[in-house]
Parts: sequence; structure tokens; C-alpha cells
Amino acid sequence: MIISVASGKGGTGKTTVAVNLALSLNNVRFLDCDVEEPNAHIFLKPRMNGKKSATIPVPEVDEAKCTYCGKCREVCAYHAIAVLPESDSAKGNVLIFQHLCHGCGACRLLCPQGAIKEVNRAIGVIEIGDKDAIQFIHGRLNVGEAMSPPLIRQVKAYTNNTKTVIIDAPPGTSCPVITAVKGSDFCVLVTEPTPFGLNDLVSAIDVLKRLEIPFGVVINRSDLGDGNVDQFCQDNNIPVLLRIPFDKEIALLYSCGIPLVQKKTEYKEAFRMLFEEIKSNIVR
Amino acid sequence: MAKQIVVISGKGGTGKTVLTASFAALAKNKIMVDCDVDAADLHLLLSPVVKTRHEFRSGRTAVIDMKKCQKCGTCLPICRFEAVRPDFRIEHFSCEGCGLCFHICPHGAIHMDENVAGEWFVSDTKFGSFVHAKLGVAEENSGKLVAKIRQIAKELAEKQALDYVIIDGPPGIGCPVIASLSGVDCALIVTEPTLSGLHDAGRVFEVAKHFNIPVKFVVNKYDLNPAMTERIEEFCRTQGVPVIGKIAFDTTVVQAVVEGKSIVEYAKCPTENEVRKIWERINRGL
Repeated sequence: MIISVASGKGGTGKTTVAVNLALSLNNVRFLDCDVEEPNAHIFLKPRMNGKKSATIPVPEVDEAKCTYCGKCREVCAYHAIAVLPESDSAKGNVLIFQHLCHGCGACRLLCPQGAIKEVNRAIGVIEIGDKDAIQFIHGRLNVGEAMSPPLIRQVKAYTNNTKTVIIDAPPGTSCPVITAVKGSDFCVLVTEPTPFGLNDLVSAIDVLKRLEIPFGVVINRSDLGDGNVDQFCQDNNIPVLLRIPFDKEIALLYSCGIPLVQKKTEYKEAFRMLFEEIKSNIVR
Repeated sequence: MAKQIVVISGKGGTGKTVLTASFAALAKNKIMVDCDVDAADLHLLLSPVVKTRHEFRSGRTAVIDMKKCQKCGTCLPICRFEAVRPDFRIEHFSCEGCGLCFHICPHGAIHMDENVAGEWFVSDTKFGSFVHAKLGVAEENSGKLVAKIRQIAKELAEKQALDYVIIDGPPGIGCPVIASLSGVDCALIVTEPTLSGLHDAGRVFEVAKHFNIPVKFVVNKYDLNPAMTERIEEFCRTQGVPVIGKIAFDTTVVQAVVEGKSIVEYAKCPTENEVRKIWERINRGL
């Protein structure tokens, strides 16, 4: 089973919910797909035992075969290729703008001369480890790198159907989130009871409906703000799976990177209940 | 030329929008931009009246014409974005518009449609003009939409001879963040005294450094963990970056948000006072 934890708004408690859920269950594989700002390792403190480079394929031109016909430039939808044709006074040239390349492979497949091969360009790293029985995998996007979805897909390649897979998703509602939550059996949306929390929850729900993923809501800092998130969920028949009130002790534990369930063990039961709620909502 | 100031954080939920709205209230002759286009919230504090709205067209999506499709399967294995489903329908939200399937289909059954990836608006607010956007559901190209609305804001600022472009940035370090940062005069990183806050602020700081952007730090809710605040200040000292403000945890901020107001308008309180000082310090540094 794949459970993703997402939110429209950042900082609502995705990582808190994902980590504490993982620590309350057996047979878990944890995928931190917030590759721009991965944080789950701060709380789970896994022992890392594997690391590999995450790459995307980018074109490399064999100048001996290239006729500077310009086909590659023409098919590249991302304007990542410029071709300077040969002339009497100068030899031709193909310029590749690697940061614009999405690694689709169109230029290689469509080059009439077979002059293009693909080489790997590193965009980040994937680290693998474990924390007790939890298998842990996260991606870390290189600084200055714009595109996170390829790295997210590579982290998600570690999905294992015999386990409960928990995916910590990035915030927002655009391509990184979609890449992270796509294929989930259920998505937990974490929000806070403020106008910001509600506004971004509504956007996140639009995305999940589009992806046809069942979802429920966790309200964090549930006693700060107003009642509009609750009202919205009630009006739209959206299950509120768990409420976590604001508590300075919880905030302090969070700030030190200590998982809630480790110090406040009563929450372990709450997260097990959350898991039961999730399961019953998938069946329905 | 107008000075451009962006508020970013790395980690979400540290107080970017609350600070941006306060700067909007405090600055004179300014325009505001909400560059967090996939979870835009600044409008909730500025009560905009939309003056003009514009379609944002960007990128293309493959469409398979089922009348022409022979289900030969050529397109299936070549798509690297897992966008062709086994029933030969394109998953719109997975397609990155590369067009490889369109080029390679032996039956000419695929065409590329231009996306309407969102909408952007120019609005009037109680504090001045405001450029904002709404990315379409499950759309991509948020970086391009950010670049678009920043360009519009810059043009308006020039036309109206404004002094500031105040930008609410997105969380993270990826494409919309890079688009929000490029060419600004000051990036204010607002973080919180948590290990996650420090970790994420450190990464977005590296991004700002990478693009040679001058950076200042603010620690929000600094009193929730004074020792961690000290660690952030230590980090900033070693990096030679100023911490220009520390805001205490204050539920008044939540109340102000619930009322749809910036903290500066909402109440005279220590937070409001500190935010004023932060704005003065940004101004002095420009």
C-alpha cells in the first residue's frame, strides 16, 4: 500500500505526520520525495548504507557524424539545442544547454545521422538507509538545479508492494507534488485551520481529484485559527482523520528533530488509528 | 529603478506571506507580486480587486486521436515521463510536452495541444498594485509563470516610477524559487528555530549565493527554541550574512491572518514593532 502525505501549503506538518506514522507501524518503507528540502532524515536519523548519483540523460553530439542539419534543434521542445550550420568560413557547431534539457531523448531518437548519444548529468543524490525496521530512501536535489520531478521519479522507483510505503511529498500543487503523489492508494493532506491552510487545501484537493486518489485531512495546530477548515471538510464530506492541537512541547520536540511519538507515546495510538482510518477509507 | 525584494525560506510555513504583506503595508510607492503560484496566499491579506486577467499559455501536451491510433505501441516505451497509459490515452498531468510520441507515431495519430497552464492578474489593493497568478490544476511550468508575472510587475514599476517590487516567494529551492530570485536586489530568508528550518534555509541560502543575490535573515518564532536560534545566528555569522530581525511566537499573527490583515494593520504589538524595524533595516541596506 502506498500512502502519500502532502499539503498545498508548506510547513503544515507533512513530515511530522509521515515520520510519526512510519514509526507507529510495522513493515514500512519511507520515501522522502521532498527532494528540494528533504527533512525526514532529521527526525528518523537513519543509518545510511547506500548512496548513488541521480542523473538525467542529456545529449552529446558526435561531430564526426553530425551534418548540422538542425533536426535536433527543431524537435527539442525545451529550446535546449542550438545548431550553427556549416559555412565556407566556419565549421558547424551544436550547442547543448543542459539545464534546459528534460532528458526526453527525442533528439537522439530522431537524429537522421545517429550522431547523438546520451550521457548522464547528475542532478542530485539518492541515499538509502534504515532506522530499526524502517527502510529509508530520500533524494537530495543539487543546489541551483531547477527540475525536481526526474529525481522524485527515481526515489519512487524504490516503491515496494509488499510494504507500507509512506511518501513524504513536497508542498504546492504543481509538477513536483503530482510526481510524488501519483500512483498512491491514499493521500493524507495535512493542513492548518487558517485562511492560508484552507485556500491551499482546496487547491491540493483539486489535484487529488484530478489524479483520482482518495484522500483525507489531518488538521495540525487544530486549536489555532478558525473553524473554516472543519466546516469545509464537513460540507464536502471529506474525512478529518486526525487533529493535533498546538502544544509548545510538540513544537520544541519538532525543533530538536525528535519525533513526537518517541516522547509523547500516547500519539503512537493516535497514528495507528490514523492508519486504520486510512485503510477503511481506501476500501470505501 | 525599483528595488526588488523577495521573501523566501526554503522550508514552507515559516512566515513568508505574513512578512510580505507587512512590507506591502509599510513600503511607499510599491507593487506586490505573489510568486508562490501553486499555493498563492498573499491575496488573502491584500483583498485584491482584479483589474485585468490574462491566460497563461505555456508548453504543449500530446493528444492521441483514437480514430487514427492503431494501438501499435510505438509510443509506449519511448515516453520517459510515464505519460502514455496502456489504453493509449495520454495522462495530461504527466506529459511534459516533449513531442517525441508526436514525431515517432507511424500513423500520425498524435498531435500537440498548447496548454493553458494558468491565469495571471493585475489587481488593485489597499496597498497598491498587485500582480498574482493561479496555476491551473495539476499544471507545470510554474517557473515560467513566475518569470512572467515578475516581468509584468517590473514593467508596471517602471511605468509608474515605483520604488519597490515586493515579492512573496515559494518554498523549496527548485524552478519557481530560482525564477523568483533571479536579479533581485535583496533576498530575505525567513526561517524558524528548528533543525528543519536551519537545514532548509541553508540550502536556499546556497541557491541565492549561487546566483549572487544579497541575502538577509529573519528568525521567526525565535523564542520557541532559543538555543536553535543561537545556532542559526552562528550559521549567519560564519557565512557573513546579517540577521536583521527576530520575531517572537505570537498568536496575534494567526488572528490577523484570520481577519485577512497584515500584522502591521491589525494591532500594535511587539511583533508589529519588530516587523517595522526589519523593513527599515532592509531599506537601509538597499
